[in-house]
Amino acid sequence: MNEEMMFMLYDTAQFLINGLVQGSIYALVALGYTMVYGIIKLINFAHGEFYMIGAFIGYFTITYFHFPLILALPVAMLLSGFAAVIVEKLVYKPIRHAGRVAALITALGVSLFFQYAGQNILGADPKAFPQAMPELTFEFGEVYITTTQIMIMVSTFVLMVLLWWLVGHTKIGKAMRATSFNKDAAALMGINTDRIISFTFFVGAMLAGAAGVLVGMYYNTVEPMMGLIPGLKAFVAAVLGGIGSIPGAVIGGLVLGVVENLVVGFWESTYRDAVSFSILIFILLVKPAGLLGKNIREKV
Amino acid sequence: MDYVAHLTLNAGTFIILAVSLHLINGACGQFSLGHAGFWAVGAYAGAAFSVYAPLPVPDFVNLFISCGIGFVAAAIAGIIIGVPCLRLRGDYLAIATLGFGEIIRILIINMDSIGGPRGFTNIPNWSNLFWVYLWVVITIVVVTNILKSSTGRAIISIREDEIAAESMGINTFVYKTMAFVIGAGFAGVAGSLFGHAQQFLHPNNFTFMWSVIILLMIILGGLGSTTGAIVGAVVLTALPEVLRFFGDTVSEWRMVIYSLILILLMLLRPEGIFGKKEFSLSWFRARKLTPSGDK
Repeated sequence: MNEEMMFMLYDTAQFLINGLVQGSIYALVALGYTMVYGIIKLINFAHGEFYMIGAFIGYFTITYFHFPLILALPVAMLLSGFAAVIVEKLVYKPIRHAGRVAALITALGVSLFFQYAGQNILGADPKAFPQAMPELTFEFGEVYITTTQIMIMVSTFVLMVLLWWLVGHTKIGKAMRATSFNKDAAALMGINTDRIISFTFFVGAMLAGAAGVLVGMYYNTVEPMMGLIPGLKAFVAAVLGGIGSIPGAVIGGLVLGVVENLVVGFWESTYRDAVSFSILIFILLVKPAGLLGKNIREKV
Repeated sequence: MDYVAHLTLNAGTFIILAVSLHLINGACGQFSLGHAGFWAVGAYAGAAFSVYAPLPVPDFVNLFISCGIGFVAAAIAGIIIGVPCLRLRGDYLAIATLGFGEIIRILIINMDSIGGPRGFTNIPNWSNLFWVYLWVVITIVVVTNILKSSTGRAIISIREDEIAAESMGINTFVYKTMAFVIGAGFAGVAGSLFGHAQQFLHPNNFTFMWSVIILLMIILGGLGSTTGAIVGAVVLTALPEVLRFFGDTVSEWRMVIYSLILILLMLLRPEGIFGKKEFSLSWFRARKLTPSGDK
């Protein structure tokens, strides 16, 4: 193998690693989208804002209260979860019966509210996220991987295992699946569907909040508008994997992260967002059910 | 005075945008979140003509040609986007059009001949109140007449129930595309007028935020009412300026107030100010008392 080939190989490996890290974050956010969509068929545009809220709570707890990461992460998750439950109770619950488009517009409004309220309260300038853990770099040939990257992948993996256990192997998980399958029938079987819907928002926003803290550590900055683009990207990931499907969101997130990093590496970084939106449109047109989704025929 | 004139001109641009989105979203019921993209296509196409290839004719003729180019360019973009996407429904269509709007913006950023990320400068200052409001009138007349014709009835029937319309023999795809393309075209005209008034275009003028604001205009006025679209556009152009009088704090919280209006509107009065009603002169006529039972 000549030298050029070697470098090419190293580059590709490096982009793959960066892509998997980015993809884990997309996957965490996409899980919330997919769960909420699965249960009330709402594209929760405001989901990216819980990621922003999580990042800011992480920033404040670590900078001002000197929390260790192991404590800051769960606190940020819980508080963004509660924020989502408040929004759900105040806004989404009354609008649920008004139709999907009305709910979608409301979600847009909630998203704008958090972005601009955040800008006015916290300031529009990006803030430096504190170093929460020692940064070491491991080197394999020409491929580098940092402790933060490893940390992101490990936490994502742990959270996903917990989610898998929660949805598949607990009583409340069973209730969530039942509500998502048929809300009315679930209610008739004695499930408090309103509470299950709130709980779904809670879990989804918790994952988004965790993603926010992790991304703050990764890029070292947090700002009020940080949720907008990753929120949309996570939605693309959820559609790519098949919206409503939990493993689909994970696969979609990872695929999207890798593709984006390959575009940045081998083409041009300015086209990154254009490529992800093209993927979205392509999937919607060719296989709207996504990679792992089921095809549902439209009925009269 | 200058300030008021500038504001009136902006209001005109937004009336064209709101009425054109009304045709797509209010009348035909196709939820588009990519209107700022068509606005951008028209603005850049019209401005590129005026900067690179203006004809040796009076300025207003050139402006008219530029608006025509804006219309055609945005309509072509409408066909490219509409033909594949209009198969999708509801929220999926919204997301797909949102994606296309962003793609348009990213493509503009990557085109160096029209300024790219630096912005497009040196656009001649041809547009003024008269030409903007002439186009406002043209847009309103065209859209109202379309909606009153049998084509318009077909378009409205798609909003009411697409499956029922199809079973009545209406080729829903053709009418949806028609509404989408005409709406996109007028957004392009608004773009061209906007470019020649501002003399400067930047890709960040056309973010997804603006699609949402135009949508908010037609929802505030009443989804499905042309009058509502016009009133919504005027109110939301004037509102930030009116908020200035309440001091800097209120003015800073403008976007937060917008978002709260949007949420409260959906919760309390989802049909907007006018609902689906249109303004008509008969509102002012004295109500004649008709004896009951007598027709």
